[in-house]
Amino acid sequence: MSVRSPKSSASTTDPQQNSAWKRKDLCAIQDLSPQEITTILDTAAAFKTVGTREIKKVPALRGKTMVNFFVEPSTRTRTSFELAAHRLSADVVNISATTSSLTKGETLKDTARNLEALHADIIVLRHSSAGAAQFLAERLRASVVNGGDGAHEHPTQALLDTFTVREKKGRVEGLHVAIIGDILFSRVARSNIHALTKLGAKVTLVGPSTLVPREFEKLGVQVTHDIESILPNADVVNLLRIQHERQRKEYFPSLGEYTSFFGLTKQRAAKLKPDCLIMHPGPINRGVEIDSDVADSNASVILDQVTNGLAVRMAVLYLCGGTRLG
Amino acid sequence: MSTLLKNGRIIDPANRRDEIGDLLLVDGRIADQSAIRNPQSAIDDTIDCTGLVIAPGLIDIHVHFREPGQSAKETIATGSKAAAAGGFTTVVCMPNTSPSVDNPSVVTWIQEKARAEACVNILVTGAITKGIAGEELAPIGSMYKAGIVALTDDGHCVQNHELMRRALEYARMFGLVVMDHCQDYNLVGKGVMHEGYWSTVLGLPGWPALGEEIIVQRNAQLAELTGSPIHCQHLSSGGSVRILREARARGISLTGEICPHHIALTDESIRGFDTNFKMNPPLRTQADIDELIGGIADGTITILASDHAPHCTYEKEVEFDMAPFGILGLETELSLFLDILVHKRKAIDLSRLIELYTSNPAKLLGLESGTLSPGAAADVTIIDPGLEWKVDKEASASRSRNTPFHGWELKGRAVRTIVGGKTAWAV
Repeated sequence: MSVRSPKSSASTTDPQQNSAWKRKDLCAIQDLSPQEITTILDTAAAFKTVGTREIKKVPALRGKTMVNFFVEPSTRTRTSFELAAHRLSADVVNISATTSSLTKGETLKDTARNLEALHADIIVLRHSSAGAAQFLAERLRASVVNGGDGAHEHPTQALLDTFTVREKKGRVEGLHVAIIGDILFSRVARSNIHALTKLGAKVTLVGPSTLVPREFEKLGVQVTHDIESILPNADVVNLLRIQHERQRKEYFPSLGEYTSFFGLTKQRAAKLKPDCLIMHPGPINRGVEIDSDVADSNASVILDQVTNGLAVRMAVLYLCGGTRLG
Repeated sequence: MSTLLKNGRIIDPANRRDEIGDLLLVDGRIADQSAIRNPQSAIDDTIDCTGLVIAPGLIDIHVHFREPGQSAKETIATGSKAAAAGGFTTVVCMPNTSPSVDNPSVVTWIQEKARAEACVNILVTGAITKGIAGEELAPIGSMYKAGIVALTDDGHCVQNHELMRRALEYARMFGLVVMDHCQDYNLVGKGVMHEGYWSTVLGLPGWPALGEEIIVQRNAQLAELTGSPIHCQHLSSGGSVRILREARARGISLTGEICPHHIALTDESIRGFDTNFKMNPPLRTQADIDELIGGIADGTITILASDHAPHCTYEKEVEFDMAPFGILGLETELSLFLDILVHKRKAIDLSRLIELYTSNPAKLLGLESGTLSPGAAADVTIIDPGLEWKVDKEASASRSRNTPFHGWELKGRAVRTIVGGKTAWAV
């Protein structure tokens, strides 16, 4: 079979479209053209069928080694990448280093060299510093996939969100997507803003004025601090996990006050369009940014996101790791 | 030993002199004009300066030479070579070494090391507070007796206004200027780049301009209250220039300095996460650049300096937020200012540029240098304002390579640096 195209799927991308993908790495959605985003989504659609089969594996990355290098803790994203790699028949190594062990001695550059010495073909990096994935990508022959870098980007999360929207709504262009919560510190928000605006969606950011500064308007989105105003006309609401740790105490007074102004309560959910999608990158705080019943309602596609994450990550690993090295 | 600098354009702002002529250096001093006309004068060496500028030796009042304690980054020997290669005959070293310069023995150690190894004049500053910790006064009087030329906690900023007030009052007793790195710790937090559009896009913690401006404003009011002069170091924001302008108009003894990177680069440079664009205070916006240049042009800013801050490549080649702040400056600063301020923006003329690097810093710190007056030390910088050259970091005399200007093509540079009558460096 061709390494470039997952076989036996009806809606598969044709090889010519895949050949448009020239990148070794996926560091940031901001770097991508709308066509490149579409290529990933189309490839993911083809891969999604793999998960429904009896044998949930294709040999696309057989013989390749993927290293899951998670400097910052994560279960969901790491597991998703690991499963995605297994389904592509790649060998997987998980390395989790605490930030402190890096700062104690080994630099990221030295770590990168070690990974190279292990003949890793693809490295998925989760790191607390913005720009860390790009830093590795510039220094390695191996493909680097950004699994989240500080508050910068989380490309695969945005791709799976966009994939889910496209799957449920049949399109992205022209839709009104509200992203609600802590935008300032959110890499998920940044990647989603780029993905959605590149594909022609209208994006509104909602949250406290301290966490949704006006500066974001320069990215081609709208900013509001009034959640009620967007409820009747949003096609999608994407709720971000809200945290109230020590460093956030200066940004809003309490979780309770946050919920009273920005939480998607049942009353607020009732004002949404009947076909509005409710999304959340997880893990959710029931009763904080989203009411427990709302999270479990029919409008919620939170678990579809998780399932789609697998397909999207298969597509990304395949496009970055397969084409160049295959 | 005598050297004749022949037929150059002599620019000596301290004496309001700008004319084509000859300058004679005898036994490490600037000779009287009459000695040149005296046919009996024996000339050992003649240097043709046709088409070149003969200026007083340039002074950089803001450098980090990293000794004692961090000689992998820079030493007094290598730093002074970089200074000479940039046209500087005198540099003022910041006290944030390891240990810091917060007592007279470290002052003396640096002075002795400089005497033995430096090819330019090395002046020492002392910390305002013990260990640069911002908590209690360092032994300012003892360091004064040891020969410091100013006080500063550079790299840090005294947050306690009461302590800063007392430091100013105490320093005045010795005629010492307090130089301040203006940064409010609460407002800046963990900021690593200018807070604005690019920090928003890149997701890097922002360092708001207000974090600098609010301390410049504090300093204006403390200088007014105490009558003690304060020099605000490496100003980066347009708002700081406005505060400084207003304070100076009211007669407050507040001065400010600007570094070349803050007028040569904007925060957009950080989009590739290259840590050679990371310094403190950070690169700001084009609007800030325009206001900084406006401040230089209208006389609000009276001093230019480099904030020469060497770091090892392995220290800089890390994640952006983890990298140390600072870049090299000595070998590119004169050229950058010449290129941008004099040639491209035509904001000031060459004579004014030299003033900002000679008589003004000398006046601030009470130095005898910075002039070509007869009897002054024969510290001279010969400049070719039209010489086009390309920055090559590998050719740097510094121990470090952390410059964002590698590969830049610039117009104008120093071609010879004379310290005490002897050529310390020539192109």
